[in-house]
Amino acid sequence: MSVATLQHEVMITGIRRCGAYKVLALAAPDMARTARPGQFVNIGLDPDTGHLLRRPFSIYRTYADEGLVEIAFDVLGPGTQWIATRPACTFLDVVGPLGTPFAEPTIDGRAVMVGGGYGASALFQLAHELRSAGRRTTLIAGAATEQRVFGIGETSDAFDEVIITTDDGSAGVRGLVTDAMTDVDGAAAVYACGPMPMLAAVAALAGSRGIACHVATEEFMACGIGVCWTCVVPVRTSDGVKMQRCCTEGPVFDGSAVEWR
Amino acid sequence: MNDLSVNLAGVRLGNPVVTASGCFGSGKEMSRFVDLQRLGAVVCKTVTLKPRLGIDPPRGAETPSGMLNAIGLQNPGVDAFVRNDLAWLADRNVKAIASIGGQSVEEYVACAEALNGAPALVAMELNLSCPNLEDRGFMFALSAERTAEVTRAVKEVASVPILPKLSPDVTNIVEIADAAAGAGADGLALINTTLGMAIDTVTFKPKLSTATGGLSGPAIKPIAVRCVFQVARALPHLPLIGMGGVRTGDDALELILAGATAVAVGTATFIDPHATEHVIQRLEEILRERNIASIDQLRGQVKIEG
Repeated sequence: MSVATLQHEVMITGIRRCGAYKVLALAAPDMARTARPGQFVNIGLDPDTGHLLRRPFSIYRTYADEGLVEIAFDVLGPGTQWIATRPACTFLDVVGPLGTPFAEPTIDGRAVMVGGGYGASALFQLAHELRSAGRRTTLIAGAATEQRVFGIGETSDAFDEVIITTDDGSAGVRGLVTDAMTDVDGAAAVYACGPMPMLAAVAALAGSRGIACHVATEEFMACGIGVCWTCVVPVRTSDGVKMQRCCTEGPVFDGSAVEWR
Repeated sequence: MNDLSVNLAGVRLGNPVVTASGCFGSGKEMSRFVDLQRLGAVVCKTVTLKPRLGIDPPRGAETPSGMLNAIGLQNPGVDAFVRNDLAWLADRNVKAIASIGGQSVEEYVACAEALNGAPALVAMELNLSCPNLEDRGFMFALSAERTAEVTRAVKEVASVPILPKLSPDVTNIVEIADAAAGAGADGLALINTTLGMAIDTVTFKPKLSTATGGLSGPAIKPIAVRCVFQVARALPHLPLIGMGGVRTGDDALELILAGATAVAVGTATFIDPHATEHVIQRLEEILRERNIASIDQLRGQVKIEG
């Protein structure tokens, strides 16, 4: 049996601010080489703090040559606070890469990527790879305010076309990401990552236009490795609705098959 | 040479460390991390006679030094489990302890019959104490009579030792344990999660879709030690698998000192996929450091004055 290939002691090479969010860079050569867009890593905290469970994060960028993996996150509670305050050159216990990645488009045409808040970070590596393969990419990034649109200064380099929406109009168009999805006809696929209500709306809209839709979901996750069955998403299958694991069958699901609730 | 092997209700285990049901699947996913043959046995996730979808998310929440869960016994049913999971474990020469659940005595009996002759199987737990079934008031482990009834019925058909798994959420766990032993239990598994609840103070909603759920992790370890201690005192010859909050080898030793023959590692696997291996290593180390020939010599050795 192959053992111990997924759990790594990795060094933090730096933590930087990115708008309202943090970007953590990890020296993780194995993961940088093997991780696929849409996969995630599960970061261990210090259990002696009383916060036991690992925290899962989508992968933002991987740099195989430099052996670096970056994740983006929001400081939302004591776990993310603990991670955000680790000094550079200290080590983290990271399990990954985990989960089922985004599938490549099966037909010609541009890829439309829809990101809500820091969920947009999960789309950058995919855009990089699809563009390297010669495909055009459009990013529709939405958030409450300009500060909360992930990587707003980097988007024009990372995608061929960028549309920003904000709830308060502080950047781009005032409104929701779905308001900006008026021009998706002819797209090969829609990729989305963000809050579940946004994913539901994006999947419905893509479905109504007959466009394949891949959504990266998020549910409370205890183990991240397929054994606790807490992180399930209801998915329609040929065998009826099944509760599938966000960490294993997901986090990327076919948006038209998810039973949105 | 220090001997970690134990005899659990007639089953020889290479060491006392097993997995807690529901925290290790049936081993397939965990084989990416752990050499399963190094474990005393793999205690598999509970199966029922028919497949169960489980409950809606959210199914979990972190709590201080612990977590709540409400999965609702999602499982593929006993037949698929035998065909896919036990066969897979048998191919890898891993000892398996199945865990069966149900809503009626008949369902437990049918499940036990379906397991007869299954590969890899060395014992079965009867999960009488899942806190997340539709009718919680019906939980077998809350009643000595019903615990005895289901234990007696399964004992009649089971081809391997049976180990009812009890709930700590009772007035007197010794009374329930005694009823199980009297009805033919070959040993007991102590303890299942204890019922808890957490509320989101922003949304005012419970953190679990079912409102209440099972609390696990280091937060419940003292309850587990207490239950094992009380039952071991009352029924010193009944083999016990102790569990509840075991994260380190010293935690495991605590349960052994309280009277457990074997120890299950549960939630700790979520924190560290290698937790079971670390517990085994630490127990080896403890025997070596203290120059103790066999782990069995430590069972029930808590020193009570007077």
